[in-house]
Amino acid sequence: MPTVTMTVNGMQRSGTVESRTLLVEFLREHLGLTGTHVGCDTSQCGACVVHVSGTSVKSCTCLAVQADGADVTTIEGLANGTDLHPMQEAFREHHGLQCGFCTPGMVLSAVDLANRNSNPSEHEVREWLEGNLCRCTGYHNIVKAVQAGAQAMGGGS
Amino acid sequence: MDEAVAALGGGAKLIAGGQSLLPVMKLNLAAPTDLVSLAGVPGLADIADGGDSVTVGAMCTHTQVAGSGIVQARIPALAAMADGIGDAQVRNAGTIGGSVAHNDPAADYPAACVALGATIVTDRREIHADHFFQGMFMTPLEDDEVITAVRFPVPERAAYAKFANPASKYAVAGVMVAKRGTGVRVAVTGASGDGVFRVTEMEEALEDSFSAEAVAGIGVSSHELLSDTAANAEYRAHLVTVMAKRAVEACG
Repeated sequence: MPTVTMTVNGMQRSGTVESRTLLVEFLREHLGLTGTHVGCDTSQCGACVVHVSGTSVKSCTCLAVQADGADVTTIEGLANGTDLHPMQEAFREHHGLQCGFCTPGMVLSAVDLANRNSNPSEHEVREWLEGNLCRCTGYHNIVKAVQAGAQAMGGGS
Repeated sequence: MDEAVAALGGGAKLIAGGQSLLPVMKLNLAAPTDLVSLAGVPGLADIADGGDSVTVGAMCTHTQVAGSGIVQARIPALAAMADGIGDAQVRNAGTIGGSVAHNDPAADYPAACVALGATIVTDRREIHADHFFQGMFMTPLEDDEVITAVRFPVPERAAYAKFANPASKYAVAGVMVAKRGTGVRVAVTGASGDGVFRVTEMEEALEDSFSAEAVAGIGVSSHELLSDTAANAEYRAHLVTVMAKRAVEACG
């Protein structure tokens, strides 16, 4: 079985995995980072979004071996100690969650958007969140949170 | 590249971004013995302006194509088309080479390749788009052949109009119209189970008069079009004309 090594939330992590192991399985089951969720497992819902080498991807549609050597950020890696990341803080402030299941993916997807566009319009946010589904249908506050979070980030993460 | 080619054949398959192959593997519709990743092969993710053409490296993601200054300046229709594929995360991982090699009958790139008259460049030959898309998931690629780039001639005018499946963003019907010299091409994706096809009657009408009115009265037969939960064949036939009109209008 192959050994994979990647930087996860700033720390080098290794593991021996079956070749078919998905990145999300490696993160959750091998590293215990269960903040990344599996919703649909068919690359539609976006609950599993993480950053690989700086861009958001669906970790249910990426093999762990594909991320070998990469720099991975999960929801656990955003906050600085007890200080929430500005996007997390914006989700809290604007109540951008209801049950919370989709939230890790929403936040990481939103951070990727904010890195590209520090002042996204409501339309741009809704277009960007095409691949993130909220079964509570709580999009209205999510969109507000993403806009506020992007401004708070000031275009950089 | 030599190492990748040598590892192919038998039951091995290439993986680029994995946005089509991994879902197919999860459904047990493909069970390769090995996957050969192109991620470590240098030089496959470049975009080059060749004057009368733009060459896009096979490992360029849809996000790269959509955001490329060269593509935006020379073939804005191609950048816009790439920006409408799937969702942001799919675009961040999925590649042009993977999409073209997969030849999903509802994918966007086949329509762009055929309408623009693209050439598919592999590790051993060049294949014109007209001979490349041979039907659902079918291409002339050998088991160990690797797409390295897609070369698009720069059109005078081009635009893509898609009626997207609201869940997947795959084309229920997508039409790329491209005008180059005196020739016009109209390529349709998503509507037929056989994949991309041209509508020569529309092309001839547009060569006489490049206007939305010219194609408004031209329909395609629903006889060989797809019927599924998204749309039946008659509706898809209707959409082809509507999308063709919108694409011509968007050509400006």
